[in-house]
Amino acid sequence: MRLQPRPASLYAPSVPTLDLPAASEKSVTDRDFLRSAFQSMLLARILENKLSSLYKAGKIVGGVYLGRGQESVSAALGTALIRGTDVFSPLIRDQAGRTAFGESLLDCTRTYLGSVLGPMRGRDGNVHRGRPLEGVPAMISHLGAQIALVAGMLFAKRLKGQLQGVVGATCVGDGATSTGAFHEALNLIGVEKLPLVIVVANNQFAYSTPNNRQFACGDLIERARGYGLGGWSVDGTDLFACASVMREAVRRAREGGGPQMVVAHLLRLVGHGEHDDAFYVPDACRNDHYGRDCIDVAIPQLVANGHVTTDEIHAWQHQFAADVQRAVAQAQQEATPDPYREDWTAISTRFPISQ
Amino acid sequence: MSVTYIDAILAAQEKLLREDDRVFLYGQDIGVFGGAFKATKGLAAAFPNRVFDSPISEDAMIGLAVGAAIEGLRPIVEMQFADFSSIAFNQIVNQAATHYYRTGVPIPITVRMPSGGTPGSGPFHSQNMEGIYAQYPGLIVLTPATVADAFHMLIDGVALDDPVIYCEHKFLYRWLKAKSINNDHLPIGQARIARPGKHATVVAYSAMVHEAVRAADRLQPDGWEIEVVDLRSVKPLDLDTILASVARTGRLLAVGESFPWGGVTAEVISLVSEHGFHLLDAPPQRLNSRDTPIPYHPKLWASHRPTPESICDALRHLLRF
Ligand SMILES: Cc1ncc(C[n+]2csc(CCOP(=O)(O)OP(=O)(O)O)c2C)c(N)n1
Ligand SMILES: [Mg+2]
Repeated sequence: MRLQPRPASLYAPSVPTLDLPAASEKSVTDRDFLRSAFQSMLLARILENKLSSLYKAGKIVGGVYLGRGQESVSAALGTALIRGTDVFSPLIRDQAGRTAFGESLLDCTRTYLGSVLGPMRGRDGNVHRGRPLEGVPAMISHLGAQIALVAGMLFAKRLKGQLQGVVGATCVGDGATSTGAFHEALNLIGVEKLPLVIVVANNQFAYSTPNNRQFACGDLIERARGYGLGGWSVDGTDLFACASVMREAVRRAREGGGPQMVVAHLLRLVGHGEHDDAFYVPDACRNDHYGRDCIDVAIPQLVANGHVTTDEIHAWQHQFAADVQRAVAQAQQEATPDPYREDWTAISTRFPISQ
Repeated sequence: MSVTYIDAILAAQEKLLREDDRVFLYGQDIGVFGGAFKATKGLAAAFPNRVFDSPISEDAMIGLAVGAAIEGLRPIVEMQFADFSSIAFNQIVNQAATHYYRTGVPIPITVRMPSGGTPGSGPFHSQNMEGIYAQYPGLIVLTPATVADAFHMLIDGVALDDPVIYCEHKFLYRWLKAKSINNDHLPIGQARIARPGKHATVVAYSAMVHEAVRAADRLQPDGWEIEVVDLRSVKPLDLDTILASVARTGRLLAVGESFPWGGVTAEVISLVSEHGFHLLDAPPQRLNSRDTPIPYHPKLWASHRPTPESICDALRHLLRF
């Protein structure tokens, strides 16, 4: 006997109507916030340009992964967080956010150049760096894995009675949203109602894979509703928009509004890493709205609103270039790890344990 | 009055929760329900806000535990079955295990893994994962075989600053009983002579210690005195105790319940061959489960894993040299 097919409408996926909270109408983008975020963007860009040159000159072992085009998103998040209070687990394209959250230039250059004085001591490199005890976990490569870890830090703070006023944040790309880890963790933070802000930078590509081979939902923001998170969508090329949305999302999380998800739309303006020329990114993507360079977008906005002057920007450029130069030069002079002196132990316990 | 192996695990967790504010329990159905095996029975009520039901998200469960450990807490995560830790594999071996080496910040989490076969459990509720986790640097892997060890090694494991994979054998849960929990015990990292002997050494761990002792008892009437070494922890592995035993007996059989390719028994044979070749009077032997998934039917299951009979056979073969 053949089974009668059920009417097609029962199979049709229901399109969720999203009544997600909109970004606060009231302008929360005060001058100091924007200036500070922009400085982090600029410093990150100058630093990353230098890292790219070093890579191309063969001075960096391993990969170099840049956040060019994503500085507005990352810096807006980092600026909205409070170092010493909050937890921020940056990912591959978060130099601007790291800078905004107070990472020193030396932590970056030492890690890229393998100095033993850096936080990773040559044991891990490039973007895989952090200071976990200062609220900055060191990412592992496995995409999606940091979300649950940040959730655990917040969970522990809650148990210790120290969660009041604290926010945790981490970032992923569009590709990472397909991992099981991402879905497990989003569900968990929803269940636990943790004050965690997850930022999805949808830069249209995961390495070379475009969005249409990555997910089938209309917009990744639909994930927020599915897991019971607040959801925000933002133009990631627009610093003012990013600042407004990040501040609001972080504020809500901080004030007990539960987990928040921000999806930023933009384009990765570099290869996946500096080894990749991104030949697969069509010109149409580069030329459309989201192909804009967020720094080029931010400058006239900031100037027109009287937040910065072009003279100031020039002065910052000079100062940051000199700072970066110094941080690179210092890290280059420092010792690299010595395999004969390396403590080749992966655990802190020293066996045998005496009775 | 007697104490079972699972009573010991429950008692250890009760003591840990009572004495150490940093400890909390996280796992599926461990709250009101008390856990699939009742290893946390009553703890949620006794310790409000310290015992949490988790969603069925093994990856996120361990991720959460690692984050909590960074914050100074000592989570104990219950995997409902060791088999499901495959979903948490990434967070265990890449996040937790690498953390101390990468950052200098140790991760004191304990992952309880209900391990090993029981009749009728089948391919996905019977696995032994110790060899897989022991392969990764940065983890401590414990395999208690006695009621006292189930208690003390859980307490001592939680006290360690490093991630601990605590493999508790489901077959021993209710079957293994002791009169009481003895207070003196060996430190983690030290093996134990479970049964002294002089003609051959059987190195075993977890439930296989009991099968090995049974096999040794059966060979006794023929005049064979078999020594059984209980590893207790497979990582670190107490090579000194193993070598000392092999020095006495000249013969080695390593027995494990896990799959035969690689793993703990292979490591034992390889280390003894490397460091104690001159002590051996016969080629070292190893006995593991068969190289198939773990079968469901009790008849198949019983001859999938090493048994006293198959251990006796292996020993007779070893003693013929
Ligand atoms: C679980 C996992 N699979 C594969 C990779 C290899 N990998 C590293 S980055 C990357 C692309 C990530 O794309 P996306 O999440 O969109 O971030 P983006 O690089 O665009 O910022 C891949 C496939 C990985 N790191 N982790
Ligand atoms: Mg991407």
